[in-house]
Amino acid sequence: MARIDLDNVRHAYGPDPKSDADFALRRVSHVFEDGGAYALLGPSGCGKTSMLNIISGLVAPTEGRVLFNGEDVTLLSTEKRNIAQVFQFPVVYDSMTVRENLAFPLRNRRMKTDEIARRVDEVLETVGLTALAGRKARGLTADEKQKISLGRGLVRPDVNAVLFDEPLTVVDPQMKWQLRASLRDVHRRSRATMIYVTHDQTEALTFADKVVVMYAGEIVQVGTPAELFERPSHTFVGYFIGSPGMNVVPVAIDGAGVRIGESRVALPAAPVVVDGARIELGVRPEFVKLGAAGIPASVIRVEDAGRYRVAHLSMQGHPIAAMLREGEKIPADPKVSFDPVGVHLYADSWRVALNGAGQ
Amino acid sequence: MKPVNQKAWFLVAPVLLLVAFTAIIPLMTVVNYSVQYVATNAQFHWVGDLWYREVLHSEKFWNALWRNLVFSCIILAIQIPLGVLIALNMPRKGWGVPVCLVLMALPLLIPWYVVGMIWQMFGRVDIGLFGVMLRDFGYNYENDPIDAWFTLVLMDVWHWTSLVAMLAYAGLVSIPDAYYQAARIDGASKWSVFRFIQLPKMGRVLTIAILLRFMDSFMIFTEPFAVIAGGDPVFLSTELKQTVELGQKAAMSIIYFLIILLTSWVFYTVMTRDDGAPRPQGGVS
Repeated sequence: MARIDLDNVRHAYGPDPKSDADFALRRVSHVFEDGGAYALLGPSGCGKTSMLNIISGLVAPTEGRVLFNGEDVTLLSTEKRNIAQVFQFPVVYDSMTVRENLAFPLRNRRMKTDEIARRVDEVLETVGLTALAGRKARGLTADEKQKISLGRGLVRPDVNAVLFDEPLTVVDPQMKWQLRASLRDVHRRSRATMIYVTHDQTEALTFADKVVVMYAGEIVQVGTPAELFERPSHTFVGYFIGSPGMNVVPVAIDGAGVRIGESRVALPAAPVVVDGARIELGVRPEFVKLGAAGIPASVIRVEDAGRYRVAHLSMQGHPIAAMLREGEKIPADPKVSFDPVGVHLYADSWRVALNGAGQ
Repeated sequence: MKPVNQKAWFLVAPVLLLVAFTAIIPLMTVVNYSVQYVATNAQFHWVGDLWYREVLHSEKFWNALWRNLVFSCIILAIQIPLGVLIALNMPRKGWGVPVCLVLMALPLLIPWYVVGMIWQMFGRVDIGLFGVMLRDFGYNYENDPIDAWFTLVLMDVWHWTSLVAMLAYAGLVSIPDAYYQAARIDGASKWSVFRFIQLPKMGRVLTIAILLRFMDSFMIFTEPFAVIAGGDPVFLSTELKQTVELGQKAAMSIIYFLIILLTSWVFYTVMTRDDGAPRPQGGVS
């Protein structure tokens, strides 16, 4: 178990990086607390796998330091860092049985035989492979093999951290829920530091206590699932988390409010922003109300997502989505208004503090 | 009743014809010869299994077969490990890859007979560089059967090890990086990586390599023919060449063919025995 510090880590895959665009990881400083369950969430190519591989030591960062419990491990090899990592696609030792696969990392570290047996049995149970323990890994299905990989990641009791790199990609949806629940369970019992890379918000939000959202090689927000939902600190977070994502509308500041085309939305206070910044208003569809008062808009289409419906409207030429409550009717001449709790202002994509607006 | 349409036979006909001309007819001709005595006036006389019995009772045949087997075993025992060793040490990226591959492919491009001639001259104790160098140690492939064996094995290793190496290399480069990363994380030793990742992943290509090298070395003809024309060691192929009687030749050919077919089949079945196919659930305790 360990606390993991990333101290100004930058990484470029090509030699001689010059501009920010050359870096897969632009500049990352973050502390993963000991025993935390973290998710690294972001779109493909945002640098989350690079970050994971820097933590595990498979990749050496171009700049910056990695610390485990305060000790600099930047130059330490993967073996010496004592971490476990599960990859996106199953990596199994074909010629071994399922049981031997799980025992392999323990045997390599010269653990006692009876202890190995006990530990392996436990993990077989956790990942649901007990029935297949004696089978050769070759010839198992992809999700069975991925369970072996997961098992090998969980089998060592003394690791500094367990890293998962989109581990459930090849697993079928039903099994995903089950395995994620098992992982949560293992985490609760072992209190190992776990870092889980994914591009799937549901996976991230259900697995982690803290979600680290990454975008274009940078961490844009770290927070609990609720924080990410209620106060997205970057327009990307608003857009990426939530379904549908946050409405982002370009606006102009007008005293203690903003102008959207010809209409005005009042804010609790006059925002303080740098001159010339790109100003946007962010409101999640959950906080958009359709009624008799507000900004006029026209309905484009209504989407039925089962438990709720989403109305897509055009407001002053900007598309906007509104979540409709069950049984809610759209007025004939709808006007859009915003619940002040869910109104955020962004300058150059970053959130601007508004006094009194739930900061 | 289902309607029967005999026209379908026309669709199979091209294949039947092709197989008939490439395999069945030539083979049957040989089978035909092997049960007949061909007299000087081109008269054929039925002799039944006479030629087969003669071949199977001939000491020369068994000696040749034995030599063939020993030769193939020696060849495999050297070339497979050596090829794998070379493949393991080849570069994985950069300019070294094409250089290695081209250099290794060179011997493979030389025709068998030319290889025989090269080594025949190379090994000559009067003018050959190799022969002259080893002359003082008593090397002389023309007189000493051991030296002749040594030369043949060396020649075959020189000619064909790179085939094994290239096949093994193909198997090695197809292993995804994640396997090596996982092994590092699991704390696997270099030997474990070889034993549990590289060797199993090379399994298929090595099966092909072993089969190819076995069949080829078992059919060895031109090299001994070039180097040691007429003398010892005599292999099945050279023995066949020296046999005069047409029927006996045919019988021997059939037996030779069956041995290769049988051994290859056994090889293949044994080596692909526990491959892929998932066994029924709970079938293994």
